[in-house]
Amino acid sequence: MDMPAPDAGVIARKDRIVARLRSVLPPDAVIDDPAETRAYECDALTAYRCPPLAVVLPASTVEVAAVLRICHEERVPVVPRGSGTSLAGGALPTADSVILGVARLNAVLETDCANRFIRVQAGRTNLSVTGAVEAEGFFYAPDPSSQLACAIAGNIAMNSGGAHCLKYGVTTNNLLGVTMVLMDGTVVEIGGPHLDAPGLDLLGVICGSEGQLGVVTEACLRILPRPEGARPVLIAFGSNEVAGACVSDIIRAGVLPVAIEFMDRPCIRACEDFARAGYPDCEALLIIEVEGSPPEIDEQLGLIRQIAARHEPLEMREAKDEDEARRIWLGRKSAFGAMGQINDYMCLDGTIPVSQLPHVLRRIGEMSREFGLEVANVFHAGDGNMHPLILFDANRPGDLEKCEAFGAEILKLCVEVGGCLTGEHGVGIEKRDLMGVQFDPADLEAQMRVKDVFDPAWLLNPAKVFPLAATAARRRAA
Amino acid sequence: MRKGEGGPAMIEPGDEAELAEAVAAARGPLRIRGGGTRPLGSPVAGEVLSTARLAGITLYEPGALTLVARAGTPLAEVEAALAAEGQRLPFEPIDHRGLLGTSGAPTIGGVVAANASGPRRIAVGAARDFLIGVRFVDGEGRVVKNGGRVMKNVTGYDLVKLMAGSWGTLGVLSEVSFKVLPAAAASATLTLRGLADAEAVRALAAALTSPFEVTGAAHDPGAAGGPATLIRIEGFESSVAYRADRLARRLAPFGPAEVERDPAANAAIWAAVRDVRALHGLPGDVWRFSVKPGEGPALAARLGARRLLYDWGGGLVWALAAPGEDLRARMGAIGGHGTLVRAGPESRGRIPAFHPEPPALAALAAGLRRKFDPRGILNPGLMDEVAPAGSVPA
Repeated sequence: MDMPAPDAGVIARKDRIVARLRSVLPPDAVIDDPAETRAYECDALTAYRCPPLAVVLPASTVEVAAVLRICHEERVPVVPRGSGTSLAGGALPTADSVILGVARLNAVLETDCANRFIRVQAGRTNLSVTGAVEAEGFFYAPDPSSQLACAIAGNIAMNSGGAHCLKYGVTTNNLLGVTMVLMDGTVVEIGGPHLDAPGLDLLGVICGSEGQLGVVTEACLRILPRPEGARPVLIAFGSNEVAGACVSDIIRAGVLPVAIEFMDRPCIRACEDFARAGYPDCEALLIIEVEGSPPEIDEQLGLIRQIAARHEPLEMREAKDEDEARRIWLGRKSAFGAMGQINDYMCLDGTIPVSQLPHVLRRIGEMSREFGLEVANVFHAGDGNMHPLILFDANRPGDLEKCEAFGAEILKLCVEVGGCLTGEHGVGIEKRDLMGVQFDPADLEAQMRVKDVFDPAWLLNPAKVFPLAATAARRRAA
Repeated sequence: MRKGEGGPAMIEPGDEAELAEAVAAARGPLRIRGGGTRPLGSPVAGEVLSTARLAGITLYEPGALTLVARAGTPLAEVEAALAAEGQRLPFEPIDHRGLLGTSGAPTIGGVVAANASGPRRIAVGAARDFLIGVRFVDGEGRVVKNGGRVMKNVTGYDLVKLMAGSWGTLGVLSEVSFKVLPAAAASATLTLRGLADAEAVRALAAALTSPFEVTGAAHDPGAAGGPATLIRIEGFESSVAYRADRLARRLAPFGPAEVERDPAANAAIWAAVRDVRALHGLPGDVWRFSVKPGEGPALAARLGARRLLYDWGGGLVWALAAPGEDLRARMGAIGGHGTLVRAGPESRGRIPAFHPEPPALAALAAGLRRKFDPRGILNPGLMDEVAPAGSVPA
């Protein structure tokens, strides 16, 4: 994985740039001491690190605009950063870049339950958005695994999903409006508590643009009334194929569970060792959650059990109370932590058509043997968003490279069967060089032209999303 | 490729390659035409480019909730295929024919180009929320794909959303993919009678903030028999019965609720809301405002409309007004946007059909159009955009 060579001219002007940034921000909001900028050298993709030129922590839209205006004038690349939980390297700096952290933009600006929205500053964490409205019986639906830490700004940048998006959609389906600062310091307001765009759907293309089109400082989010209740059922199967077929049958039957999670044997075993959730010893298991009042839940789970019964389940375990529900989710929610206990791992998130699940799982198993690296699969089965975790040893020379090569093969397979490289983590630097597998040059050109409009100088997070070779001329021209 | 003979000039490509060829070869503006049932926007002069022959469902996997169709496929064909598997397009696209006095068959590409949604939009989202992939030809004749056929996809920029509701001004759609959902087994409509607009919208908010998953929330102040406030619930049979009962109790402060359980009657009630039947055949301009739901009645009070219909919990206001007036001037401090959907000769082409945007956003939109359609030949002027420099004159 390469990053562009830093601009020596920018690095030479560091003192002047930092002084200008200090002139528009409080003293503690500009960090340039190398001992402190090191804290921003990577995000959750820790294999790649590089301390930035400086870090700024603005606390208002006005301050963000002032910072961007200076960086625009000085031709300094800016890397926006939410909470730094990106698994794709979305917030990885270069040595000539300024990290713009939104952590201090964390206020709730307005809650309006009757009109079903909340307006927050974009550095606020995902879970604390729900926290701000749960006393009124509401919640914010997208729930990425990192929701305790991740910022709404990062959720918007990556169009984050979560376990419950089969029913509630991903970030873009729950985002009503933004206040955003363009690279030249222009502040724009898009959308709001009303629905749909008056003209072109700019909000739609901003969401998921990985911090390359502007810096979102405020967001208007849809909130939903909490359902009366929810209950999971755990179903164990003798093979991945059968579990996959069961998922498809449930969907065809007209049931729309709020979540369908899938774990394979290596993952089940690791979670069992780590969390002792009491999962059955089986090849594959599904955790299916439905919502409603108790009788409604009974009816839906009854139907699901009937369908599952046709697939020779080894065991069906319905939560009878809160505690059992918690235990069913315990293993799934600790899956990544469990993996981290055993090994270093790389987490992929390609999406495939649900019908291809058995085929893809079989192929991943074969490739696992070819590469000599173990894989555990845990994923959102209802929407085909896979999460193969490739286990490797970072201390063993060559293992990371082998792991990356294996990961690339899995993602190519996802595209080959009609899917995509990333379902919810984003491209960042991780999948940047694989974009040519999914897109023709004309497809990528159309996307890069959008960036040309919002950020003509290619200064915002410029080394992400697109293959470096494809963006070289644009970045040089800047 | 077929060229119109005898009648008005019309280009009818038979596949995507021919479509790309036709756009690349165009020497003047093109009027992009799906079913021709949604003539919104300012008038466009130019040769008609029809997607009628780009038709057919190319992939439908009910177990994956995914459908892919060529842009010119009749909507009715898509809906029939889905219905045969007990599924549907969840966003309930409006049929504009009755309101606009058009005939012909709406196409699935037209639904996307118009981002056409209906009452269920308030609960589940718009057409753009269920659109998961597009193929299109840009203004220079290049074929571009974005998104795909899977429902979770963040690979690269989301041009899918950008294409939805762009009315053919960024590219000509050749294929569209959707996430679909199971159709509900049962439905119920609760009707409250005689409520004033503001009270009705409070009742709708009470319904929409309940945990009972309301999928329609409309108010018709001019209904035969007095103002009717309509609330829809959908789901499994026993669930609908339970929720209707609970909801009626919750809404008791607003008066007794009549409950309609007959499937055909419910379909008719919501088709009328979806297609704005209250305004069919009445003379005047038709406006469509999208505002914060609670502000719908305040907006309506300012409009001085001849006839009104509220949907989306009060946030969508349909208004029939005297011809020739730009009703947006009456919005005052109320945020949101207004579209002139049906305009008489006094208004069409004189009053912008689409809501004017602040300069910074208009500049971004103009920049995108220059990139996707540098010659300015795709439905130029339809969305009241400023013609890009160097565009082909009509």
